[in-house]
Amino acid sequence: MDAFYIILTAFFIALSCGTLGTFLILRKMAMVGDAISHSVLPGIVIAFLISGSRNNIPMLIGAAAVGVITTVLIELLHKKARLQEDASIGVTFTWLFAIGVILISAFTGQVDLDQECVLYGEIAYVPLDLIVTDTGTILGPRPLWISGIMALIVLLVTRIGYKGFFITTFNPDYAKALGISTLIWHFVFMSLVSLTTVISFESVGAILVVALLIAPPATAYLLTGRLRRMLLYTAIISLLVSIGGYALASWLNGSIAGAMATVAGILFAGAYAVYKTKANRRTKVSFQKLPS
Amino acid sequence: MDKLLEFLSFQDPNVRTVTFGTIFLGMSASTVGTFAFLRKRSLVGDAVAHSILPGIAIAFMLFHTKNPFVLMGGALLSGWLAMLLIEHLSKATKLKPDTAIGLVLSVFFGIGILLLTSIQHSGAGNQAGLDQFLFGKAASMTRNDLIAYGIVALILLITVILFFKEFKLLSFNPDFAEASGLPVKRLQFILSTITVLAIAIGIQSVGVVLMAALLITPAATARPWTERLVVMMVLAGIAGGLSGLVGSYISFAAPNMPTGPWIVMCLSFLALFSLFLAPRRGVLARIRQQRQNRRKILSENLLKSFYHLREHNPETLAFSRGEILEKRAFSEVEYKTALRHLRRHFYLIPEGSNWRLSEKGYEEAKRVVRLHRLWEMYLTERMRLKADHIHPNAETMEHIITPEIEEQLLRELGYPETDPHQSPIPYPKH
Repeated sequence: MDAFYIILTAFFIALSCGTLGTFLILRKMAMVGDAISHSVLPGIVIAFLISGSRNNIPMLIGAAAVGVITTVLIELLHKKARLQEDASIGVTFTWLFAIGVILISAFTGQVDLDQECVLYGEIAYVPLDLIVTDTGTILGPRPLWISGIMALIVLLVTRIGYKGFFITTFNPDYAKALGISTLIWHFVFMSLVSLTTVISFESVGAILVVALLIAPPATAYLLTGRLRRMLLYTAIISLLVSIGGYALASWLNGSIAGAMATVAGILFAGAYAVYKTKANRRTKVSFQKLPS
Repeated sequence: MDKLLEFLSFQDPNVRTVTFGTIFLGMSASTVGTFAFLRKRSLVGDAVAHSILPGIAIAFMLFHTKNPFVLMGGALLSGWLAMLLIEHLSKATKLKPDTAIGLVLSVFFGIGILLLTSIQHSGAGNQAGLDQFLFGKAASMTRNDLIAYGIVALILLITVILFFKEFKLLSFNPDFAEASGLPVKRLQFILSTITVLAIAIGIQSVGVVLMAALLITPAATARPWTERLVVMMVLAGIAGGLSGLVGSYISFAAPNMPTGPWIVMCLSFLALFSLFLAPRRGVLARIRQQRQNRRKILSENLLKSFYHLREHNPETLAFSRGEILEKRAFSEVEYKTALRHLRRHFYLIPEGSNWRLSEKGYEEAKRVVRLHRLWEMYLTERMRLKADHIHPNAETMEHIITPEIEEQLLRELGYPETDPHQSPIPYPKH
């Protein structure tokens, strides 16, 4: 049962990350996602310090706001201070992450977080954190519920806003001409990304969120060029990653989050092989068609 | 204060090792990072820093030793592999470079974490200390470490000095470097190798995650102050070294404070400080420059309006606010700003509630109108534009044309009497 809880939680997290990651890589913002996943740390720590618990929903939203602020900061450094974009990203996220680590060190004992957890999460402890009602009924692990609700929200918003996301991703100019605000969609999207990273943070840590955000959609992207299929493939890959990651981790007795990233990498390698053989065949065919 | 003196006296050999170690690492990473910054490869550096982890873990699993050179060998190999993969994926597939970077970074790091945790749980003797690569181990640096990093830093420095010209060309104009017959591939190999080396040792002071800061932030700090590569590298090195010093002082004064994050904090503040306050390229300097330009344009436009008014009413000298605003629409603020500026420089003289041009103001107004009309003349004569298309362009150019260009225009057009709209071109008195 514990294994099932862990795999299901992992799947929910991977599903939310993958769905958002699909748009992230299509919008050429993969590294912004990386930056957000690091810079929500100070937000999370401050939220812990104020509320004293890790499951206070308003606090989580507050922490996610730090993620949105990150994108604004990157934009400011890039546009106003004329710092090139890669450097703006690098300067911003390392700075915020450093603040987070310093806060953790300054308030050890008061913050239920340590540096290891920040880096690779503690999804193995999911079954220990149970929701128990006043009457004593056990409703299942808390992270499972939270990640499940989050996956639901992400899927719903993507479903409802599909057209908006689609058009602002692929043709922002056309969107503008139609009177669709790219800015509003950008912020809706970024808030979702931040919220997802905040919630995934304690399960899989800052950097492995990035693996779940980028690797499954990148794999799907090699296999198809159509958005709907890409989202579907990403969901399937997320499931494989969760199951495979758990199996690999128990075999090697290592971190589950790390194993999930490893499996995601292996799946990507497989997709790459498929992509390459397809590309080779295509070139061969076109050579044969040449008039002799 | 006592703490600071105690720290700066370097009596404690441990303090000495840590401080010199972090300064060393900070300086070498900043120097090499300058090239990464200029080649827009800063985030590749970040990815390499993360990708070093599996190399270290595998080296440890194979050789069961924590010898810095063995671990660095593993680090070098996996860092290199990551760099090649990123380059290959962004060239040979439809993945964008940033996706390739993020993918390689997170997957390699995941593998590293998996192996590290596996090693820890298996209890293979004496693995403690491997996780120091994650967070940096500045505080527990030993003399031997210091010697090892010193040697690597020296190699880096010598390489940079030897290949300085080549690296410079490679950073600013790789196409030209290739065209002029430099062995670009080999140079890129050397540059990448020293970058990976700098990252591999830099990790010891700030850890994997914050390594990007040690590469990027000093270069970002130095960039606004100079246009010269040597100066930029020296400034970046100073920023990196200074932050190393501050970071190790803070963790000396407050022992539960981590060194690495404080180094990054200090670096970030230096970067923000220079991005905002650097002369000429800083945000504030640019805002000030923009405001000056705007005020100059407004004032010149106001002068021009006075000139036009005088042109049409040769008898009157002083004009009211209403007459001016009728000639040209200024907003309330614009009008006041321009008026204040012109009055302060004695271009305008108050006469009751009206204003008139001073002698000096009249000459200046003539200059602006002359440039406007000369440029219109040039556009019709030389560019063959229609007379009704030239005014907007001349409105901009009149504020930009320098005396030298004016001289050239005059010669080119043969000192014309009138502009395309038959208005006279005013010349200075003498």
